Amino acid sequence: MNIQHHLSDDLLLDYAAGNLSEGWSLVVATHMALCPSCRKRLSAMEGAAGALLDKVEPVEMPADAWDRMKRRLEGIRIEEVKAPRPAAPAGSGMVFPEPLRSYVGADLANVKWQALGLGAYQVRIPTADPSTQVRLLRIPAGKPVPEHTHVGRELTLVLSGSFHDGDDLFGRGDIEEADDNLLHTPKALPGEDCICLAVTEAPLRFSSWIVRLIQPILKI
Amino acid sequence: MRGLLPHYFLFSLIQAGRLPVNIAMNLDIPLEAKPCHKAVRVPSRKHAPSARSVRITKSLLTQKTNQPPSHGEMARLLKSVASDRSVEAFEALFRFYAPRVRSFMAMKTGDRQVAEELMQETMVSVWNKAAQFDPERGNVSAWIFTIARNIRIDFYRRRRPAFDPHDPAFVGDDTPSAEMEFEQVQDAALLRQAMATLPPDQLDVLKRAFFDDVSHSTIATELGLPLGTVKSRIRLAFEKLRSALEGRR
Ligand SMILES: [Zn+2]
Repeated sequence: MNIQHHLSDDLLLDYAAGNLSEGWSLVVATHMALCPSCRKRLSAMEGAAGALLDKVEPVEMPADAWDRMKRRLEGIRIEEVKAPRPAAPAGSGMVFPEPLRSYVGADLANVKWQALGLGAYQVRIPTADPSTQVRLLRIPAGKPVPEHTHVGRELTLVLSGSFHDGDDLFGRGDIEEADDNLLHTPKALPGEDCICLAVTEAPLRFSSWIVRLIQPILKI
Repeated sequence: MRGLLPHYFLFSLIQAGRLPVNIAMNLDIPLEAKPCHKAVRVPSRKHAPSARSVRITKSLLTQKTNQPPSHGEMARLLKSVASDRSVEAFEALFRFYAPRVRSFMAMKTGDRQVAEELMQETMVSVWNKAAQFDPERGNVSAWIFTIARNIRIDFYRRRRPAFDPHDPAFVGDDTPSAEMEFEQVQDAALLRQAMATLPPDQLDVLKRAFFDDVSHSTIATELGLPLGTVKSRIRLAFEKLRSALEGRR
């Protein structure tokens, strides 16, 4: 696999620090399941956090802190703690890595698509995060991404097939980070449907119809 | 499990006041360790540890905890917690990390009681999960940070989906693991040095992100800066850290 489009530092930092909400975290973590290079960057960021933790001014601890900790340890039943398991062999033929597969509840072959019209399909992926909207998109080969209206940030991760946006080509594992400023017109490559995980800021109902209304005027 | 009973037994003796603490502190904890990392505190030349054992000494347990630990030493202590359930090794980790984790927790919660409880949860988790520490994926401080971070996330009832390295669809790294482990040990020291050279404005953004638990857009608002400025500080900071790590190769 040859991933060309990676996570930005600011997105990765929010994830490393635990400041990224569930919807965005899902696409970030799914990209990293496919991308050793971003996992290395994540480790480096966690390493930076560890170095900062070493240098934190330690607080004065209550005199009995260790004694209390020790009493607590004595109450813990000694369990056989599992050492890290060896990684599973690759080549499972699965398309959705974790954590995505659990969220969808199935791999690609068993997805229950809803038609969007013009040959495109989607599945909404439920999360507990009201600030984002997460869905799988299936874009018919050679066709543009449908219903492409969004406000704010949008992350699109290719899981199968590929699309191009201007001169940029996005294949499996590639992630496109877009915001309001970027006029983009992603289009699936001919030959194969493109399956993407797309996360957008949850549309406010109010701005949503305004966007729809002015969209033809702005030619977005 | 090996070695658990004797240590536990000695600890009961200490608790019962029947054994002077300094004797227990000089127990030899058998470890598969590289010989004599430079920051291992050896109390006396006469009793220098053999290549296959590390002394958990009184000086390590009671030393001024402001001294950054050697990462090799911390990894050995954690390994001893994992394989021998060594309370002495855990105490050394606790004395260094607990006050820092408590500071970390207090930065977000602002509540001493809550910070104390979350610190205890974190350290219990370190005790329970010691065997899951994987030196290929980072050093002990980074690992403890991730545990503290996850406990803070749970406390605020948020969710943070994560990848699973054991998932059959997971794409692994080609780097041989022995090489990765070696890199990680070096990385820890290099990162620490590189962090010390970051300009204050970049360091400030990283501290806010990791400790105050706010997103980079919130940091921009707090500092009254355009989002692009904060993004570029983040980018510059990590470029610097990355080039420090690449300089190693
Ligand atoms: Zn990547």
